[in-house]
Amino acid sequence: MAFQNETLKKQYWRDNLRIIGGLLAVWAFVSFGCGIIFAEALNAIHIGGYPLGFWFAQQGSIVTFVALIFVYAKLMDRLDRKYGVQETEDAK
Amino acid sequence: MDQQTLIYIVVGATFALYLGIAIYCKAGSTREFYVASKGVHPVANGMATAADWMSAASFISMAGLIAFLGYGGSVFLMGWTGGFVLLAMLLAPYLRKFGKFTVPEFLGDRYYSNTARVIGVICLILASLTYVIGQMTGTGVAFSRFLEVSYEMGLSIGMLIVFFYAVMGGMKGITYTQIAQYCVMITAYTIPAIFISLEMTGWALPQIGLGAQLTEHGTYVLDRLDQVLNELGFAEYVAVNEHNRINMFFYTLSLMIGTAGLPHVIIRFFTVPTVKAARSSAGWALVFIAILYTTAPTVGAMARLNLMETFGTTEATEMVYEERPQWVKNWEQTGLIEFTDKDNDGTITYSSNEEENEVTELNRDIIVLANPEIAMLPDWVIAIVAAGGLAAALSTAAGLLLAISSAVSHDLLKGVFKPDISEKNELLAGRLSMAGSIAVAGYLGFNPPGFAAGTVALAFGLAAASLFPALMFGIFYKKMNKEGAIAGMLAGLTVNLLYVFQHKGIMFVASTSFLGDLDPNWFFGISPNAFGAVGAIVNFIVAMAVCKMTPEPPENIQHIVDDVRVPVGSSLASGGH
Repeated sequence: MAFQNETLKKQYWRDNLRIIGGLLAVWAFVSFGCGIIFAEALNAIHIGGYPLGFWFAQQGSIVTFVALIFVYAKLMDRLDRKYGVQETEDAK
Repeated sequence: MDQQTLIYIVVGATFALYLGIAIYCKAGSTREFYVASKGVHPVANGMATAADWMSAASFISMAGLIAFLGYGGSVFLMGWTGGFVLLAMLLAPYLRKFGKFTVPEFLGDRYYSNTARVIGVICLILASLTYVIGQMTGTGVAFSRFLEVSYEMGLSIGMLIVFFYAVMGGMKGITYTQIAQYCVMITAYTIPAIFISLEMTGWALPQIGLGAQLTEHGTYVLDRLDQVLNELGFAEYVAVNEHNRINMFFYTLSLMIGTAGLPHVIIRFFTVPTVKAARSSAGWALVFIAILYTTAPTVGAMARLNLMETFGTTEATEMVYEERPQWVKNWEQTGLIEFTDKDNDGTITYSSNEEENEVTELNRDIIVLANPEIAMLPDWVIAIVAAGGLAAALSTAAGLLLAISSAVSHDLLKGVFKPDISEKNELLAGRLSMAGSIAVAGYLGFNPPGFAAGTVALAFGLAAASLFPALMFGIFYKKMNKEGAIAGMLAGLTVNLLYVFQHKGIMFVASTSFLGDLDPNWFFGISPNAFGAVGAIVNFIVAMAVCKMTPEPPENIQHIVDDVRVPVGSSLASGGH
C-alpha cells in the first residue's frame, strides 16, 4: 500500500502544502495584487493599448489561473511518483 | 429564408441533439445517475464543467456589465475564474478521493454526524435553489425573445427538455448534453467577437484586438473609448475607482470562495476516474471557461464604443432618429432600448447628464444580444447566438437540479430516513426527486419571488460562508470536530443572511430593511453582495473557537482525513481499514 512509515506520510503532506502555498501566493499576487491593489500604479505602463493594471484585471489574471492549475497538476504528479502513491492505470 | 425560420431550424437542431443524447445515455444504476459511473474523461469533464458553470448570466449579461462598469467589471472576471484555482488545489482532488456521491455525504462522514449532513443539505438547497431561479427566468426570457413565444410558453419548453434528459440520464445524460451545450455556446460567443474585432482592429483574436489600434483612427481601442466617454461626461473605462477598493477586494474574494464552494460545480469532479484526473480536469474546465471570459471584455468594450459612435459623440454627429440603423429599430420593439426626443430636434443626444440624455433605456443585455446585428453579421450567426443563450441557461439549470435532487434522494432519504433502501428504489427516488426539483424550480420561474434579482449573489454568499470553510477544515485540519464544523457553518450562514437582510430587507422585501441599502451603513464599505468572504472568516473563527473547547474527533475520523489526503489506498501500510 502507500507509505512505509509515519514520517514519509508527514513529509508528503508537508510538500503538498508547500506546493499549494507557493501557487496560491502567485494566485493572490496577480489578482488581488496586480489586478486590484497595484492596478492604478501599473496602469502607467502600457502593453500595446492595454494599461497594465487593467490588463491584469481583465486578461492576465485569468490566463495565470489556468497556468497555475496545470503547474499544480504536474507538480503533484511528480510528488505522487516520488513517494510512490500515484494511481495505477486501472485505479478507478 | 427569413431570420425567424432560421432561428427555429438552428434551435430545433440543437434540441434534437440534446434529446438524442438523452435517449443514448439512459442511466441504469445510482452510480450512473449520481456520478456518471466515475468514467468521464478529464477533458470532457472540463468541458461539461464549463457549461455547468457558465449560466445565462455569464453568456448574456456579463459582457454588458463590463461594458458599463469598465474596470469595475473585473470583479466578475477574476472572481468567477479565480475560484477554480481554489477548487483545484483545496477541494476537488481530495473530495474525489473520498469517492462518494454528494457534498453533504462528505460532511456527514467526516464530521461523524447526521446533523452536519442535514445542515449541508440545507445550505446546498438554499444556494442551489436561489441560483436556479435565475436560470429559470433566464430560460423563459431567452426562449420568448428568440422564439417569439410567451414567457410562460418558453419556460415550459425549457422545463420539458431538461426533464427529459435529466430524469432519464441523471449525471450521465447531463454530462454529455453539457458537452454539446458548451460547443454550441462557445461558437455562438466567439464568432461575433472575432468578426467585430476584425472589423474594428484587423485582429482576429479578440484578446489582442482589445489592446490594438482602430483601423479607422489609428488610436488604441481603449484610448478612443476613454476619449469618447470623457466627451459625453461618463466615467473613464480603465480608471481605478479609489473609494471602493476594499469592496472590490472583498467582492472578488467572495465570488472566488463561493465559486469553489458551490455544490453543483464540486460534484462534477466526482465523475472523473482518478485523483490525478480531477486535478487536470479543473485546469481544462478553466481553459474552456477562460475562452469565453477573456473574450467578454473585448465584446463589452467594442460594443460600447460601437454603440456610442452610432448615437454620435459630438453635437454635429448626433444620430438623426428617422435615420436610425435597422438593428436599433429591431431592438426598440423589445423595449431593451428606448429614445425620448426631449428637445424635439429630431436628433438623439447620449449624455451622462440626466436632463439632456435622450437614450432613456439602454439594457445591458443588448451588448451581447444585438452584437451580431451591430457588426452586420449574417442571419445564421444570430440564430446560433439564440441557440447559445438557451444552451447556457439549460446546462446550468440541469447541473443545479442534479445537485438538489441527489441531496434529497441520497442524503436525506437514503442517508437519514431510510438507510436500507434498495439500489433500484433509490434510483427511482433519484428520478422522482429530480422531477420534483424541476417542478419546484419551474413554479419559482412562473412566480419569481420579489427577491429574484438579488438571488445569484446570495447563492455565492451562502456557499462561501457555509460550505467552503467546512469542506476545507475537513481536509486540512485533522482535529476539526463536529461541534466546531456545525457551529461554524451555522455562524457563517447566519451572519451572511443577517447582513444581506438588514440592507436589502428580510427576504428582500425592501421596506423591512432596517439599515437601508446605503453605502454609509456598510460595514467597512463592504456591499451585501461582497459579504460572503466576511461570512467565511466568521465561520473559520467560530469553528476554531468551538473546536478548542470540545472533545477531539475519534481516531477513525483522523484516518479518514489521512486517506483523503493521498491519491491511493489507505494512507498507512499498517493502518488498513
